[in-house]
Amino acid sequence: MSEDAVRLEGIDKSFGSARVLAGISLAFARGEVHALIGENGAGKSSLGKIVGGYYSFDAGTLSVFGKPVSHWSPRAALQSGIAMIHQELQLVPELTVAENVFLGIESNRGGVLSGSEQARFRALDERCGFGLSPGTVVAELRIAERQKVEIMRAIARDARVIIMDEPTSSLTADETDKLHRVIRWLRDDGRTVIYVTHFLDHVLETADRVTIMRDGRIVRTGAIAGETKQSLIEAMLGEPADVAFPPLPAPPATTAPKLLEVVHLSAATGLDDVSLDVRAGEIVGLIGLVGSGRSELARAIFGADPSRGTVRVAGEAYDDRSPRHSVRRGIGFVPEDRRKQGLDLVQAVRPNMSLPHLRLVSRLGILRTREERRRTAEMIEHFNIMPGHIDGDVAYYSGGNQQKVLLSKWVYGAPKVVILDEPSRGVDIGARRRIHDFVVELAKGGAAVLLISSELEEVISLSHRGYLMRDGRIIGEADCRNLTVEDALFRLFNVDRAADAAALGVSS
Amino acid sequence: MTETSHSAAPVRASRIAEVPFSRRLVAFLQTYGILIIIALLMAGLTAQSSSFLTPLNLLNILNQSAPLAIIACALTLVIIGGGFDLSAGAIFGVASVSAAWLAVNVDPTVGLVAGPLVGLVLGIVNGLIITGFNVHSFLATLASSMVFRGIAILITGGALIPVRMPEFAFLGRGKIGMVNVAVIVFLVFAAAMIFLLNRTTFGRRVFAVGGNEEAAILSGVRTNLVKIATFGLTGFAAGLAGVIAVSRISMGQPQAGVGMELDAIAAVILGGTSIYGGKGAVWRSIAGVLLLALIGNGFNILNVNPFFKDLTTGLIIVVAVALSAGRKRR
Repeated sequence: MSEDAVRLEGIDKSFGSARVLAGISLAFARGEVHALIGENGAGKSSLGKIVGGYYSFDAGTLSVFGKPVSHWSPRAALQSGIAMIHQELQLVPELTVAENVFLGIESNRGGVLSGSEQARFRALDERCGFGLSPGTVVAELRIAERQKVEIMRAIARDARVIIMDEPTSSLTADETDKLHRVIRWLRDDGRTVIYVTHFLDHVLETADRVTIMRDGRIVRTGAIAGETKQSLIEAMLGEPADVAFPPLPAPPATTAPKLLEVVHLSAATGLDDVSLDVRAGEIVGLIGLVGSGRSELARAIFGADPSRGTVRVAGEAYDDRSPRHSVRRGIGFVPEDRRKQGLDLVQAVRPNMSLPHLRLVSRLGILRTREERRRTAEMIEHFNIMPGHIDGDVAYYSGGNQQKVLLSKWVYGAPKVVILDEPSRGVDIGARRRIHDFVVELAKGGAAVLLISSELEEVISLSHRGYLMRDGRIIGEADCRNLTVEDALFRLFNVDRAADAAALGVSS
Repeated sequence: MTETSHSAAPVRASRIAEVPFSRRLVAFLQTYGILIIIALLMAGLTAQSSSFLTPLNLLNILNQSAPLAIIACALTLVIIGGGFDLSAGAIFGVASVSAAWLAVNVDPTVGLVAGPLVGLVLGIVNGLIITGFNVHSFLATLASSMVFRGIAILITGGALIPVRMPEFAFLGRGKIGMVNVAVIVFLVFAAAMIFLLNRTTFGRRVFAVGGNEEAAILSGVRTNLVKIATFGLTGFAAGLAGVIAVSRISMGQPQAGVGMELDAIAAVILGGTSIYGGKGAVWRSIAGVLLLALIGNGFNILNVNPFFKDLTTGLIIVVAVALSAGRKRR
C-alpha cells in the first residue's frame, strides 16, 4: 500500500491563454499537514481545486490512494475520500448544524428520511469534540463555528484528505488558534490536510511540510523545520525579500500648501464633525478599526455620499461634491472593493484605465485611440502589470494586478489629492510592495495622500501623520514616526488590557 | 470580447501559453457565428432559388428590414448600458400617427421631421422616469408603452389617417438610383451608432454603465445622463422607423409597430449582445435583423408553410443564446 494519499504527476492547467499550472508533480502523504503557499496567482488555489475535483486538468495524472483517477469531479473526489473546504463556506444557512453535516447523506429509506440524525450527530461529535449543538441554525453561528460544521461534514463522509482554501482569512486570532488545534487533531487521526494559505505564520505554526509555488510551478517542497518567514518569502518571490516598508520622504515643511482641508464634516453615513488636513507631499493615515467611519469619510470627501460641512481642495472651497467634480478637481479615489466599486470586469484594461479621464484621450468627444493606447502601455510598464496586454481581460487578472490597474486609473490624470481605501487588501507580497512604493511615489510627486488600511502596521508605517478614528469621529492625531501599533490599539479601544485588543481580531 | 487586439508585448512571457487551435476555433465560431450562419443561409437559398441572389431581392430585404434595423441599432446601446426598452413599438406608433397628422394638417415635410423628434422626446421621458424614480427600465418602459399607445389612439381618435402626398411617400418608397431612400437612411444611422459606440467618450461611458454602474459613478460618469441619452436615442430611432413605415404605406395607424420592440430585442440578442449589459456591438444587432429577415425571405422563396416561421425563428434564438452563454462558462 502506498504511503501517499494523493500524488500528482506532470499536471498542467490553463484558463484560455493563461497557464496557471505547469508540470506539477507533488505527493501529499497520509497523516500530514501540507501547506501550499505562494503569491496570488501562483497557482496554489488552482492546485487545491484540482485535487478537490473542482477544476479539470489538461495533462498529467492524479492518483488517489495509489489509484490513478479518470473522471474527476467534486462528487468523485468525495467518494474517494477527498473533501474541500472553500474560502466561502458552502453551507445552507437556513438549515441546522446536523442537517448541514448530513446534507446529501441523510439516513433514509427509499428517499424518506428515517430521522436518526441526532444519534448519528452525537456519535460524530464525540469523535471531533467540537461541542456544536445539532439543532442550531447555521445562520446564527460565527464563521469559525461554521468552519467546524464544514469539517464535520467532511468527516461524516469519512474524508481522508481535507483541502482547506484560505480558512483563516476571516477568522480572529483566537479562532485561528482553535482551527489550528482542529487541523492537528485531523492529522493525528491519520488524515491529510492540504492547507492553502498566504499567512506564513500559520504555516510555520501548523504545517509539517510546505510546498512553495511561483508562476504555476513548484519552487520547492520540504519539511517545515528549517524554514523561516524570510526563507519562505524569498522562495515565493524568487529574489531576496525585503519585508520592510519603503522609506518615507521627509515630511513636508509646515509652509507646504494644504491640498486637502476638511472642516466640520458630518454625514448620514455616521460621520460626526470630522476635521483634518493633508499637505502637499504628505501621507496621512486614517487609523481606525473596521466600522470606525474611515471609508465613509473617504466617500464623503469624494462626493460619493452626501455630507454637510466644508471641504477645500488646494485652498478652494469645494461645495458641489460629486465624483465627477472630484475628478475635475484632481481628486483620485481608490475604493476598498476593487471588484464591486473599482473595476468594470466586463471591460478590458484600456477602457478601465481611461474611464475617469476620458477627456485626456479625446477631442470633442471623439476618442484618440493612439493616445489612449500609449498611456495604457505606459501604466502597464510603470506598475509592471501582468499580463501586459493593453486590451487584456482584467476579470482574469490576479488580485494584485487588478489593483494595479485600479491605481493606474487614477494616476492617469496626475491627481493632486489621492484617497486610497485598503490599497493592498488581498494582494500578494510582490504587488503589495509595488503598491507601497507607489504611495511613496505619489507623495514625492507632491500629491496629498490620504491612506486607509485595516492593517495598522501598514497605515502607521506608510504615513507621516495619522488621525485616529472611532465611531465616525476623529479622536486624536498622532505623529506616525513614533506611534506603535500597540499604542494605536489602546487609544482606539480606549482600554488598558492588550488581551482585549488582540481578541477583537486586528491583524498586525 | 475575444476580438480585442493584443498588441503590447507581454512583459513576462512565462504566463502566456500557446492557445491550442481547437480552442481558437471555438472562440472564432462564437464570435463570428452569426455571420457564418447568415453566409450558410444565403448559400442555401442561392442553391434553392435563382431569384434569391439578385441585387433586387437583396435590396428588397434590406429595404423591408430598414425600420426594424434602425430600432435594433439604437436599442443595442440601451442594452449594453444595462437597460431594456419595451416601448419602442409604442413610440413607433405615436411617431407614425404624429407624422401623418402633421402631414395632413400642416405640411408633409414637417410631419417627416417631427416623427423622430417626437420619438426622441418620448425616449427622454422614459429615461427620466427610469433615473428619476429609480425604476427598473423593464417596468418603466412596460408602463410607458401603454401610455404611449394610448396617446397614439388619442391623436387619431381611433381612426386611420390616410396621407396621399408624393413628398410624404418619398422617405418610404423613394429611390436614389436603384437604392431605396430608406436603405440609405438606415446605413447612415447605423454608421452613426457604430461611431458613437466605438469611437466616442459617450460610447465608453455606455459600456461602463452597463458593465459596473457603481464603478462608473465613482469614476465621475454621470450615469443617469448616459442612460437618458441611450433611451432618447432609441426613442429617436423608433420615431425614425415609424416615419419610414408610415411614409411607405401612406397611412397613419395607432396600432402600427405592435410587437416591434420584441423583434428588435430578439435581433439584438440573436446578434450576441449581452443581456446583462457591458458587452455587445451594433453590427451584431444588424446581423441579427438580417438573419431574421433571411429566414422570412427564405420561407417566401421556398414556399414553405409560414406556420413554421415563428417556430424556426424561436429555435434559432434559443441556439444563439445558448451559444453565447457557453462563451461565459469557463
